[in-house]
Amino acid sequence: MTHLARLAQQLDQIFVLAAHWLLSYLPAAIQPLCSAILSVAAIIIVFATLFAITTWLERKGLGRIQNRFGPNRVGPFGLLQPIADGVKSLTKEDIVPITADHAVHFLAPVLLVAASFLGYAVLPIGRNMVLVNLNAGVLYFFAVGSMMELAVFMAGWSSRSKYSLLGAMRAIAQMISYEVPLVLASIVVIMQAGSLSTVSIVDLQATYTGIWPHWFVFTPWGFAGFVLFMIAATAESNRSPFDLPEGESEIIAGYYTEYSGFKFALFFLGEYIGMFATSGMAITLFLGGWSAPFSFLTWVPSYLWFFAKLLAIISVFIWIRGTLPRLRMDQLMNLAWEFMLPMALLNLFTAGLWHFMAAGSLRWLVCSTMVVVPCILLSRGLKHKKKFQVRTYHYSD
Amino acid sequence: MNSLQNYLLLSSLLFSIGLAGVLVRRNAILVLIGIELMLNAANINFIAFWRFGPDPSALTGVIFALFSISVAAAEAAVGLAIILAAYRHSKTTDLDQMNSLKG
Amino acid sequence: MVLALLTVAGMAAAMGLRNAVHCVLALTLGFVGIAALYLQLGAQFVGLAQIMVYVGAVAILAVFAIMMTHNPESANLPVFSSQWIVGCIVAAAVFAVLARAISSSAAFTQVLPPQPGATVHQIGDSLMHRYVLPLEIMGLLLTAALIGAVVIAMDRKEEMR
Repeated sequence: MTHLARLAQQLDQIFVLAAHWLLSYLPAAIQPLCSAILSVAAIIIVFATLFAITTWLERKGLGRIQNRFGPNRVGPFGLLQPIADGVKSLTKEDIVPITADHAVHFLAPVLLVAASFLGYAVLPIGRNMVLVNLNAGVLYFFAVGSMMELAVFMAGWSSRSKYSLLGAMRAIAQMISYEVPLVLASIVVIMQAGSLSTVSIVDLQATYTGIWPHWFVFTPWGFAGFVLFMIAATAESNRSPFDLPEGESEIIAGYYTEYSGFKFALFFLGEYIGMFATSGMAITLFLGGWSAPFSFLTWVPSYLWFFAKLLAIISVFIWIRGTLPRLRMDQLMNLAWEFMLPMALLNLFTAGLWHFMAAGSLRWLVCSTMVVVPCILLSRGLKHKKKFQVRTYHYSD
Repeated sequence: MNSLQNYLLLSSLLFSIGLAGVLVRRNAILVLIGIELMLNAANINFIAFWRFGPDPSALTGVIFALFSISVAAAEAAVGLAIILAAYRHSKTTDLDQMNSLKG
Repeated sequence: MVLALLTVAGMAAAMGLRNAVHCVLALTLGFVGIAALYLQLGAQFVGLAQIMVYVGAVAILAVFAIMMTHNPESANLPVFSSQWIVGCIVAAAVFAVLARAISSSAAFTQVLPPQPGATVHQIGDSLMHRYVLPLEIMGLLLTAALIGAVVIAMDRKEEMR
């Protein structure tokens, strides 16, 4: 192996090698425990820092989309704004309503943050850099994600307030409705990869033909699955355009209404961490995890590719938030059950057909038509139920 | 916790707690939760026998437990729907007051 | 051992607490404890499916039902039914019989056999080859339960309008 190739490989595995070197100073009995603690601490620190960077990026990005500057006072380009936000939320008074259920009110943000962080255990962040290589990794991820809904309910119910309860019921209805297309869109990938383990799914996508990678997003069913997964992920994290349960102009803050100070910051953190985890799963399932986009770029360390893709997806989330208007509750539910569920089932069928047809341009043609034509037909067919007119504005004179 | 006996004792304890809940609570929904608890206790039995019993490669216990989980979920859904319909009719979920079949 | 204590405590709280929502939250803790027991026994798929189905769906269904049938003055009513002593005696008798039967059997105190492999691949194989008929029947059952639950819980007053 040439000198440069060996250097690239060492850079790629630098965190693994550093962890091994640190652990070699400890007695062999407690090495597994310390290795686990080290990895967990690393994940928490890295993703909490990413959360801070994202809050800055979001406020600047939204500001520019809305034709204004974002925060620009606290540091150069407002870069120290997250620190100011953190200090503010830590020093605010913690108000708990007197009729609130105190135990549940306290536990709800804790459960949300815990459930969000648990999802990172199966994401392969780099080559050989996964916390636990579970045999049923994808199932673990969705099981942990479904615990977040319980935390939302606890928050809404314990506050004993109309806005909170209404927001919580809307949020849970939205989250369980969108869990179905989310899981169905990922089953397509599991079918093709033949395994629920995230490491083997990424390993399958890390091969190249010529310079093009074998990412699943570059196939018709993979592309449809990726789009469905991203829409469902936006709805699962309660982000605009699906943020009716917490919309500021609708019901104040939904199920967050009675939370202030540090607990509100914990909710914020939990939601963003959940968003990163779902994006990470999308990257693992569809975008090839830590593999490079072209075969001549494999010398760049694998974890850099993972974070680059994660930042790209976060930017798309911010872009969508600034651009699209909010969906009404019934429009939201209609989208999930009448459009996304049939599309996800058709996608399953298409992926099965892809698997059994011979490789070549025929299967590209057949599968692409099977994905595109029902999409167009379904969206046209669902539109005919509603009447679209030119909106006339009546202003008071 | 590494013998079959301990797991069976645990599952029978959970079963009797569920049974006590079903026989003793007033709220219909909590009775349904007690039934779910009994089904879970039986599932522990299945998995424990699969682990310690003869021929674990046939996966019989695991498959049975999976089917039992699905059936329990379906039955919880239908049971809660029935309780909701009964609540709409008699405006209460108290089982001591729902003691006549005449509407 | 810790897991077993946690599970039993959670389930006992689920059956004994006054507030219905607290009961369901304690039940969720019990479900997670049972899932951890499954993972300890080596059945990874069943443990994770237990969390996904029970914690993620059944518990949420139960809290929705409690929210929709919430009666504010029921907080003053007694929690336990009027014949609660008989119920407790019956449950204790059942436990006594089961425990006696378990303890007196000599076949249960063997040594620990080696860990059987229950990979997802093997489960999928058995579901598709040996247990395909129960799988299809389960699909029919779930469809019937879905339609039935929606029809039963539908608001009839909207139909008559």
